[in-house]
Amino acid sequence: MRLSVEVVKKALVIGGGVAGIQAALDIADGGYEVILVEKTPSIGGHMAQYAEVFPTLDCPQCILTPKMVDVGQHSNIRLMTYAEVQRVSGEVGNFQVEILQKARKVDHTKCTGCGTCWQKCPERVPSEYNAGIAYRTAIYIPFPQAVPAKAVIDTEHCRYINHLKFMEHGTEGRKPPQCRICEWFCPADAIDWEQEDEIITEQVGAIVVATGFDLMPIKRLPEYAEDPDVIDGIQFERILSPGGLTAGVVRRPSDGKIPEEVVFVSCAGSRDPEHGVPHCSRVCCMYLAKQAMLFKHAVHDSQSHIFYIDTRTTGKGYEEFLQRTMAEGAVYLRGKVSRIYRDGDKIKVMGVDTLSGKQVEVSADMVVLGMAMLPSVGAQELAAKLGIMTDEQGFYTENHLKIDPLESTRRGIYLAGTAQGPKDIPDSVAQGSGSASKVLGLFARSEKTPEGLAVG
Amino acid sequence: MDLSYYPGCTLKTKALNFEDSAIAAMAALGVNLVELPRWNCCGTVYSMADDDLAHHIAPVRNLAHVAEQGSDRVVTLCSFCYNTLKRADLLMRNSPEKRNTINTFMDDEADYDGQVEVVHLLEVLRDDVGWEAVARQVKVPLEGLKVVPYYGCTLTRPQEAAIDSVENPTVLQGLMGALGADVVDFPLATECCGSFEIVSNPDAVLERAYAILGMAQRKGAEAIVVSCPLCAHNLGQKQAEVADKYSDFTGMPIVYFTQLLALAVGVSPEVCRFDLNFGGVEVLLRDRGLIPERV
Repeated sequence: MRLSVEVVKKALVIGGGVAGIQAALDIADGGYEVILVEKTPSIGGHMAQYAEVFPTLDCPQCILTPKMVDVGQHSNIRLMTYAEVQRVSGEVGNFQVEILQKARKVDHTKCTGCGTCWQKCPERVPSEYNAGIAYRTAIYIPFPQAVPAKAVIDTEHCRYINHLKFMEHGTEGRKPPQCRICEWFCPADAIDWEQEDEIITEQVGAIVVATGFDLMPIKRLPEYAEDPDVIDGIQFERILSPGGLTAGVVRRPSDGKIPEEVVFVSCAGSRDPEHGVPHCSRVCCMYLAKQAMLFKHAVHDSQSHIFYIDTRTTGKGYEEFLQRTMAEGAVYLRGKVSRIYRDGDKIKVMGVDTLSGKQVEVSADMVVLGMAMLPSVGAQELAAKLGIMTDEQGFYTENHLKIDPLESTRRGIYLAGTAQGPKDIPDSVAQGSGSASKVLGLFARSEKTPEGLAVG
Repeated sequence: MDLSYYPGCTLKTKALNFEDSAIAAMAALGVNLVELPRWNCCGTVYSMADDDLAHHIAPVRNLAHVAEQGSDRVVTLCSFCYNTLKRADLLMRNSPEKRNTINTFMDDEADYDGQVEVVHLLEVLRDDVGWEAVARQVKVPLEGLKVVPYYGCTLTRPQEAAIDSVENPTVLQGLMGALGADVVDFPLATECCGSFEIVSNPDAVLERAYAILGMAQRKGAEAIVVSCPLCAHNLGQKQAEVADKYSDFTGMPIVYFTQLLALAVGVSPEVCRFDLNFGGVEVLLRDRGLIPERV
């Protein structure tokens, strides 16, 4: 008797950022079915938040959105947004997965994405897409280019749903109003209050995990005081974005003033074992250089100071880009920042310039922290469900760092993008394609000897 | 509650206002600070040199005396004493080889093996007494008195000797809040006051003093609360010179936390010795009706 299993020629991709998108498209283009699961209401990931991307300064709307639309329209891709993988069993060639489709309370077969509901909704919730420095409504699409461009209701913040919860359990506090204005105005009659969470069971032959990263929260660095004008890199991307919340005019969060002096702090958290993060986040040197450049282009009389330990520009065209930022007037100071605090209208940044051996103090209007890249929130729990290993920081461990960097520690589960470790967009896309080719190689066979069974 | 108390040199000379107010205030809270019958110099600065064990003899000898006198806990007031004693104790606990060398060298005393816990008075107030109990004892609330806490360096550095968070300590805020004072946010609370540079480079200390005093003034503070006689000296003694050089600076009272504690729990102002303070604390407190007009 031969001990082998039939390979189910359908793949699961977890995470709809640029790495997951690339993996899904490549597998689908190879002729196999793909289920792409994304936990937020839209694919696009962090890349969709960026203003323009180094070193070529193209905007994600130009280079990412077409790929997102391809995913949405590809006949081989089943896109499941607002969904999460709950349970995984089986082995390479034949995994059983349970996927939780969270209730959207909107019938997506009817919703046209017309936007009436989110113009009417009275609730305000910090926008994830705008990294918490702007608001969205309770019924929303995360951003205008969202795929799918169909609304979901955030059941935690929806007034009517909170009203229902209050009527059922609530005893304290004020009764939330019976809003239902979205339902009243929806021209497609798409609001579905009855919709509940749903578990969907699927069989797949291979899994690509591309769950990405989150930035270390600023509050983990108490010496960099909590202040509205001390922001992280993604928040500044949203401010710099031409289509962003300040319509392309760079304004600081506290009072909307156009900043003239911005201090950038690289390695904020990274390369800092004292704060528990010894690794280099790899992209901060470049994106801070890019932000300094974009800031100079937006506010011509402005000045940037960039504190750094080393400038690490190892990608193609990266060092040239950094030199251009310096030539355009950004001042690089080699040293760490010890303290950031508010002094009236200004943010004082105290640091050291180790090249001149002097302490420096910069009076800035705004400070941008290149916070460390960490595995996305929930990555550890997913690793446990998938049965794959993670490193000390929680990044997924590859089977072999050098000669098998795409497969995880479990056969048939592949890795892509920053879920495996900090990396830039070119590397994330390359790894997405690489993992897709591993999946296609697996699917080219009809049977697979399962792991752990002796071949007789 | 009786607590072994190590005063240190400054509290017996320039910082009498610190010691007297502390003993009286703690007595009002039911804690007796029992001065060690035998103590010597704390060592002043903890030597960071790896092979400089001779400099640790002084603090270790003090700790050995504490143990000898049958106590397993010693409380200090001066931040510098706290730091040298605490770190000498940590050294004796954590480095068996150095502990041996030091114990062998001091053969007059019994061996010291790290059996004494070194605590700062702020820790006693926070952990043993508690802010609620302090607040219950307040008879003269410091309402409307705007103060900023100033920790200096040695209470919170290095991390293993810190009595509170290294970057954002809150223990002085807690105490001042319990006394009813208005605590103003102070970003320079752990900045360096210039420390011993006062001896060799007084101009640098003047600049440090201006940075800290000026910020306190801009934040609307009426007094700076300190726990270190050297901070009090550096921030206080230079004020006339600072005001000469920087016209926007007009003066800032410097006060020990124990003085405000004593005043609030009903100790007589005479005991607090406000006359020894820099920056005009008496004028401020009289102005607020917290101490009576001079007759």
